[in-house]
Amino acid sequence: MEILIYGLINSMLLVLMAVGFALAYSVSRVPNFMHGSLYVLAGYLTWVFLNRLGLGYLLSILLSVGTATLIGWVVYKVAVIRVRGMPVSEIIVTFAISLTILEFLRWLGLRGATYVLPPFYSKTVTLLGVPVDSQRIAAVLIAAAIVLVLWIFTHYTKVGLGLRGIAQNERAALMLGIDSDRAATLALALGSALAALAGITIIPMGNINVATGYDVLVFAIAVCICGGLGSWTGTILAAFVIGFAQMIVVYLVAPHLAMVVALAAIILILIFKPSGLFGRQKELEERV
Amino acid sequence: MAEDAIRRKERLDRGVKVRSDTVYAVSSWKEILFLLAPRAALIAVLLLAPLFVPSLYWQRVICIMGVYALLAIGFDFLAHFVGLVCLGGALFIGVGAYFSGCLNHYLGLPPVLTIPIGSIGGALICTIILLPTLPLRGVYFAIVTFTYPVFLERIIVAADILGGTDGIPGLSILYSTWLSQYSILSVILLCVFGLRRLVNEDIGVVFRGVKDNDQAIRASGLSVTYYKAIAVFFAALMGCFGGAYLAHLYGWVGMSLLSMDFSVFPLVATVVGGPGTIAGPLVGCLLLVPISEMLRAFGALRIVIYSLIMVFFILFWSEGLVNWARRKYEQFERWVRV
Repeated sequence: MEILIYGLINSMLLVLMAVGFALAYSVSRVPNFMHGSLYVLAGYLTWVFLNRLGLGYLLSILLSVGTATLIGWVVYKVAVIRVRGMPVSEIIVTFAISLTILEFLRWLGLRGATYVLPPFYSKTVTLLGVPVDSQRIAAVLIAAAIVLVLWIFTHYTKVGLGLRGIAQNERAALMLGIDSDRAATLALALGSALAALAGITIIPMGNINVATGYDVLVFAIAVCICGGLGSWTGTILAAFVIGFAQMIVVYLVAPHLAMVVALAAIILILIFKPSGLFGRQKELEERV
Repeated sequence: MAEDAIRRKERLDRGVKVRSDTVYAVSSWKEILFLLAPRAALIAVLLLAPLFVPSLYWQRVICIMGVYALLAIGFDFLAHFVGLVCLGGALFIGVGAYFSGCLNHYLGLPPVLTIPIGSIGGALICTIILLPTLPLRGVYFAIVTFTYPVFLERIIVAADILGGTDGIPGLSILYSTWLSQYSILSVILLCVFGLRRLVNEDIGVVFRGVKDNDQAIRASGLSVTYYKAIAVFFAALMGCFGGAYLAHLYGWVGMSLLSMDFSVFPLVATVVGGPGTIAGPLVGCLLLVPISEMLRAFGALRIVIYSLIMVFFILFWSEGLVNWARRKYEQFERWVRV
């Protein structure tokens, strides 16, 4: 029972971590290596707003999500747009900016138990005989809400349909008058906002730590690759597969191995079905 | 502004460059010197460096510089000649170091044997574990090379193998500082000139084909994966040699050999030195490693500085130092009216 409930929670956390990366990659084809650093940065900024500037919790959250969005936007407009279409440079630029943010935070001395965000509600609920603290439940609800909102956004609004068009066939979308650069900017900004939101939701369960930035990036990438880069249904399904696999391994083998499961998942999926669980139409494109 | 609009910069090859491109290069000392001067300067700087540095500390720095240079050359080769972006210098270093460290610690082999075996064996391991990503195009290779060092670190901590968090101390140390410096410098020279030759051979043409148009390579009846694997093996060989060498330089193998520095620094050196030149990353390392030593006081801020340098170069000066110097050396520029 514990495995079932914590597996579900873990899977939803993975969805939360991965959805921003998936969105940015599927639309702009830029692997957003800043994902993990924005996750940590958002947590840190919220802490600063909350404890140093004495703003309210909700206001701090809004401000730090806003900052992350702005960073995503500016990075695309200033940096990525100049190297668009050159994969080597795209990777180097986003990776370098990510390092800048994370290592700067490390330099500021970001580690230890000082940097803790308060949970949204501190109460423990018993679900089917398993005690679960309410932060985890909140995270599951937020993840579900984000998925739902994104689904509505990409299926029923003009902008969202535009994003999906670009993701599926850039040339055809261009011919129909969808501005590819605007869509990509929007996607990167939105992806950054989602990374920040994930950080703020998940960080109250632990403390703010620079190393999690790299871990989150690896998790997000693992989920996206297993689901098929660019496929959103696949992303969610893969999050569940990896999430439950991690919980089973953590319970039955050793708690250190969560990361190993994620990486093993990447390797296995690359060997057996390189386009991912749901990336059917890209099989020809990505396989040489 | 109006003046600018009707002018453009014209670049023409110098006469001596045109002559020395062909067999007429041997016609006079001037042409021969024109060809030899940059190469000889590079060799001279490398070989004389150990004689002129002030202290043992800086001799150590030369050794470390050599390891970074090997990684950077490997990165440049993979990224700009084969089209694979490798973010895992730490993987090569770590595998090479642990492999030769274990041979030395558990089997008691001397460094003369462990370094070559560690390099070749480590390179084989790296190639095999990267094999799943090679048939694929796109960012997979970058992502997987980025995650492997983290992965290895976790396994070593979780399973408490290979010395766990403490590492394996007490390995044999290289015989003398002179030997250690000149061995790595000669390996670097071998790699630079060897790779520059290699990319102009037939197999180099295939490599560039893999980068630019893999369908054409398949259409020629060649296996893209096979050639990518060969290229990865070369780069891994250099990286693993660096790792094995470091293991015996420090006399110690540990988790810090899997750290991010080894993945980031080659990137910076390549971007600054000049991508796509093989010699560029070496020049980048020659400049950046001493600077980085002077910045040691800044601690973690160093990586921030590298990253900012990297972003600046890639956005505003993407040709890098060596390509720029080469243009100045081989061509003259003038403004012409259009």
